[in-house]
Amino acid sequence: MQYPLTEDERMIQKTVRDFARKELAPVAIEANEKGIFPEGIFKRLGELGFMGVTVPEEYGGVDLGTFSLVLILEEINAVCASTGVTMSVHNSLTNWCILKYGSEKIRRRFLPSLASGEMLGAYAITESEAGSDVSAMRLSAVRTGDEYILNGAKLFISTGDQAGAIVVFARTDPADRTKGISAFVVEPSSPGFSIGKIEKKMGLNASTTVELVFEDCRVSADNLLGSEGMGMKIALAGLDGGRIGIAAQAVGIAQAALDEGVRFSRGRKQFHTRIVDFQSTRWKIADMATAVEAARLLTYRAAKLRDAGEPCSKEAAMAKLFASRTANTVVYDALQMHGGVGYTKEFLIERLFRDARVTELYEGTSEIQRIVISKAVIDEFERTVPD
Amino acid sequence: MKILALLKRVPDTEAKILINQEGTGIKDEGVKYVINTYDEYAVEEGLRLKEKMGGTSTVTVICVGPEEATELIRTALAMGADDAVHVCDKTLERPDPFVIAALMAKAIKAEGFDIIFCGKQAIDDDMGQVQSILAEMLDIPQVNVATAFEIAADAKRATVRRRVEGGDEKVETSLPVIISCEKGLNDPRYASLPGIMKAKKKEIRKKTLADLGFSQVPGEARSTILRWLPPPKSSGCTMVKAEEMRDAAKELVRLLREEAKVV
Amino acid sequence: MANDILVFGEIRGGGIKKITKELIGAARRVSAETGGAIDTALIGAGARAAAEGLTGYGLRKIVVAEDEALARYSTEGYAAVLSDIAKRGAYSYVFLGATAMGRDLGPRVAARADGVMFSDCVDVRMEGSRCVARRPVYSGRAYIEIARSGDRQNYISIRPNNIAPAEPSGGGTPIETHASNVMRDAIRAMVTEIFPLEGGRPDLTEADVIVTGGRAMKDKANFKILEDLADLLGAAVGASRAAVDAGFAPVAIQVGQTGKIVNPKLYIACGISGAIQHLAGMRTSKVIVAINKDPNAPIFERATYGIVGDLFEVVPLLTEELKKVL
Repeated sequence: MQYPLTEDERMIQKTVRDFARKELAPVAIEANEKGIFPEGIFKRLGELGFMGVTVPEEYGGVDLGTFSLVLILEEINAVCASTGVTMSVHNSLTNWCILKYGSEKIRRRFLPSLASGEMLGAYAITESEAGSDVSAMRLSAVRTGDEYILNGAKLFISTGDQAGAIVVFARTDPADRTKGISAFVVEPSSPGFSIGKIEKKMGLNASTTVELVFEDCRVSADNLLGSEGMGMKIALAGLDGGRIGIAAQAVGIAQAALDEGVRFSRGRKQFHTRIVDFQSTRWKIADMATAVEAARLLTYRAAKLRDAGEPCSKEAAMAKLFASRTANTVVYDALQMHGGVGYTKEFLIERLFRDARVTELYEGTSEIQRIVISKAVIDEFERTVPD
Repeated sequence: MKILALLKRVPDTEAKILINQEGTGIKDEGVKYVINTYDEYAVEEGLRLKEKMGGTSTVTVICVGPEEATELIRTALAMGADDAVHVCDKTLERPDPFVIAALMAKAIKAEGFDIIFCGKQAIDDDMGQVQSILAEMLDIPQVNVATAFEIAADAKRATVRRRVEGGDEKVETSLPVIISCEKGLNDPRYASLPGIMKAKKKEIRKKTLADLGFSQVPGEARSTILRWLPPPKSSGCTMVKAEEMRDAAKELVRLLREEAKVV
Repeated sequence: MANDILVFGEIRGGGIKKITKELIGAARRVSAETGGAIDTALIGAGARAAAEGLTGYGLRKIVVAEDEALARYSTEGYAAVLSDIAKRGAYSYVFLGATAMGRDLGPRVAARADGVMFSDCVDVRMEGSRCVARRPVYSGRAYIEIARSGDRQNYISIRPNNIAPAEPSGGGTPIETHASNVMRDAIRAMVTEIFPLEGGRPDLTEADVIVTGGRAMKDKANFKILEDLADLLGAAVGASRAAVDAGFAPVAIQVGQTGKIVNPKLYIACGISGAIQHLAGMRTSKVIVAINKDPNAPIFERATYGIVGDLFEVVPLLTEELKKVL
């Protein structure tokens, strides 16, 4: 990878790459095959600083930016996208949200455990009737004295059954669709909280996706993030980081698939010719590599903008849209290069193929990204080009 | 306790090694450089000893290498070493083990290290000489190819297990001593993100030949590389056939011993 | 400087180690051109007795040192003696084995002599008046041919099994005793205990020799025939993923893309077809032996030596034949 990195960034990349290959890869194979959540790996990731990348040192983190996080996520996802999504939600959503909107008390309470990897984070927006349309959410939070009482359910929550801190979005005002939403940090020990359905998925089998059930669940008012009614704003602001994280995941998966395709086609001969020496393969490799690089650059740019404090919603959406599409075309072509064996579980490409699919679905479907991008483009046009 | 670890910058073990057009060395382009694998065990063992001894113990790393070695030195600092000496001089081209040892000896003599760890060999030249030459120059004992290390309670002696043909030897040594490390001695830690951030503030003392009091590379060239050769090509599979399977087995044994020389 | 050569011999079990005769073979190549004499130094308990085994090799003399302080190997004790002998004889070349002892001792003595050393050479020959050594670099991914500049004492360590051992040439050789003044108390690093290699097999990733079985092993119990061969060679035992999945072997010994990546000197694949993911784990092995019933098995494309046959017939025969020569 030729993108100019600083000495620190190269060192970070080497550490995460070595760790991913030596420690994560063997764990990932078994965990994905058997559908086990690889609990132990997150403590190791925490020891190395990967669970508190953007958290300031005073809260036990390493105080690096989104760009460093992207470099890390790329390498982790190239080896295990399940671990990647758990890490991405934890770092880009939970940590970020608590740091940005939590009171000092809340930060002190959660961030050190989250940054060390002892505690995992989850982030709960989606409901059965509120997917892309966040404002349709129904989970209610009613203030009673020093507490909020939550009732309802959240669906498809990554790491929901493993997390010690879940950022939950709930409706505090039924009348106002957007300003009636608030965000809370919920601990699984809260009375009235339970885990509902555990999803069986096509891919990401070493991560968990669950339903969260709230039945008169009592949450301290201290755990409110920002102020009452700020939920929608927080959710939207968090999405940029979340999308950059998923874009990085898609780049990691795509790069791994490209590598697998090249590796396999170099070793396999048919008609006395290596697969890699057929022109059809060469053209595929060129197109795949170019797309991966373009996806990477879009992702890096969005991360750099975010680190500079610039608006980056459009760029994050573009990165996610393009990188997730790229991941899916690249895993498709790389599997084709494998021929029939690519369809067996013997080869990594089979897992990459399944894991890539979700990148076009979560953190906003590709359709949602297109809505965000087109709206930004049209707004910009209207602002800058006179009629 | 003052602990020193020796570092060398070498091509990655996965790097493709090709001889250059002129036949004067290897093609540098596309080759990624890393800390010599065995030196990582040395740094790790140094850090473990420091952690065990506690107090004011320090781990220093020393490297004779080009400007680009700074990044690898920084990696050792990120692993937890306290400071570093980097002997770097434009006139140093492919220094042989005697030159490296002479420069290191000069650079560290004044500091008085209690224990020096290094790799059993560097995976570029594969000479495995620097440690023994340095031990001779410093007039201290050496223990090569260590697979286990333990410091005595009084911190004045150490017990080392070293790999030899047909078994292991237990060596008892006084300090100061040079220990060269073998795979299996420990499992080197990664440079963690907090470690990488801390390493930025640690000092790398750059030394030129002049800084060490040399007006030129010490000693004239001791050797000349006459030519570089690619490794012998594998000539495809030799199928061993015979009327009787026993004769085929016999022939295979002969080939393994006399041609391949692996048993 | 004279052109004389000193061979540092090694003793094992009271006899001369094979490497010593290989070093004499190398020394003869040099002396054939330069006319230099060849001497041998033997240090340690039983040196004099062992020296008798070398008297018929056309050596000028054999120098032995077997003081009490030298009974067990120590770098310092042996370095003092070898350095003394090398200095007195003003040798042009000193040959050592690239063994645990030679590798430890060579550079230390070379440094004391302010000489020059080439380690782990695989060939030595004369080019004109120059003694040229060939040695692998970058873990054998390239080789260099190297010679000294000037006339410093040249220490050369040579890997075992690369140069044909010298044959006896008749005649006799005087044995001289070197009176060393090594004091045991002055030795700072001393071997205090020796642990012989036990029955436990080496780790797959560290092993020099690996014997692996595939699905064709048919049963867990059949791995016994691989273990017999492995024990003879001090080898580790591995298995293909197919054998592991079939329950014939534990995951811990799986070799391949999703198992251990190995790099031994000798890899013996028994009943392994050679799926790409298996090859990915062992393709860098120096020598690969393939034993398989199917002559079209892809493993033969990667192998150095192949036997088409039933492993249950071939492997026990191979073990028997090896037993005869090892």
